[in-house]
Amino acid sequence: MKPAVTGAHYGLRDWLAQRVTAVIMVVFILCLTLLLLISPPNDHAGWKAVFSNQWMRIGSFLFLVSLFWHAWIGMRNILMDYVHATGVRLTLQILVILSLLFYTVWSMEILWEL
Amino acid sequence: MQKKRPKYLNLLEIRQPLPAVVSILHRVSGLLLFFPGIPLLLSGLEGVLDSPQEYARIQSLLAHPVLKIGLIAALWFFLHHLLAGIRFLGLDLHYGITLQPARLTSKLVFAGGFVLTVLIGAWIW
Repeated sequence: MKPAVTGAHYGLRDWLAQRVTAVIMVVFILCLTLLLLISPPNDHAGWKAVFSNQWMRIGSFLFLVSLFWHAWIGMRNILMDYVHATGVRLTLQILVILSLLFYTVWSMEILWEL
Repeated sequence: MQKKRPKYLNLLEIRQPLPAVVSILHRVSGLLLFFPGIPLLLSGLEGVLDSPQEYARIQSLLAHPVLKIGLIAALWFFLHHLLAGIRFLGLDLHYGITLQPARLTSKLVFAGGFVLTVLIGAWIW
């Protein structure tokens, strides 16, 4: 009996996540563009007012988390394609993950001034 | 007479079809948007929201022509990645997968990226 070749299944999940996060980011970018066209903030107080809105913070955080997840899948694909030495690839992948976790905490700190 | 054929595909010598150029630039721009794109975006956002002094510092920093050109280059990478990404989503849904539409949408991605970069670039200059 032949063993079924099914793979680890995370390929499809990542493929889908990359597309779902892309659509979330496009929606946020369109909303932000609309805001910038209607009433562009032109100083520190203006930007502060925009980001004092809780929905803007939540939307921005959703955008940034989508960006980080999207970046992980993209970077993983790039590293798998071009870096064939397992040790080097693993090290770089861990660095990418650590940097993205750091960016997530940093984003919360920026948006909610923790 | 026998034609002299290339013995291997030298990626730097063969002329890539336009959809292939869109694709590789999507990857290159994605890498650059990850680094240095994400840390620059976050430190910019942090500075803008931090204080009027920080805001003024970023403003004067970006008034420098070299950094302004850098910002416009970043804008083009972003717009190319965005438009090429939308094209890929279309391809996933089987829109434009035959040769002629694939070439046309590749041209649209390039044209859209350039036009939007020039328009927004002129606006922020």
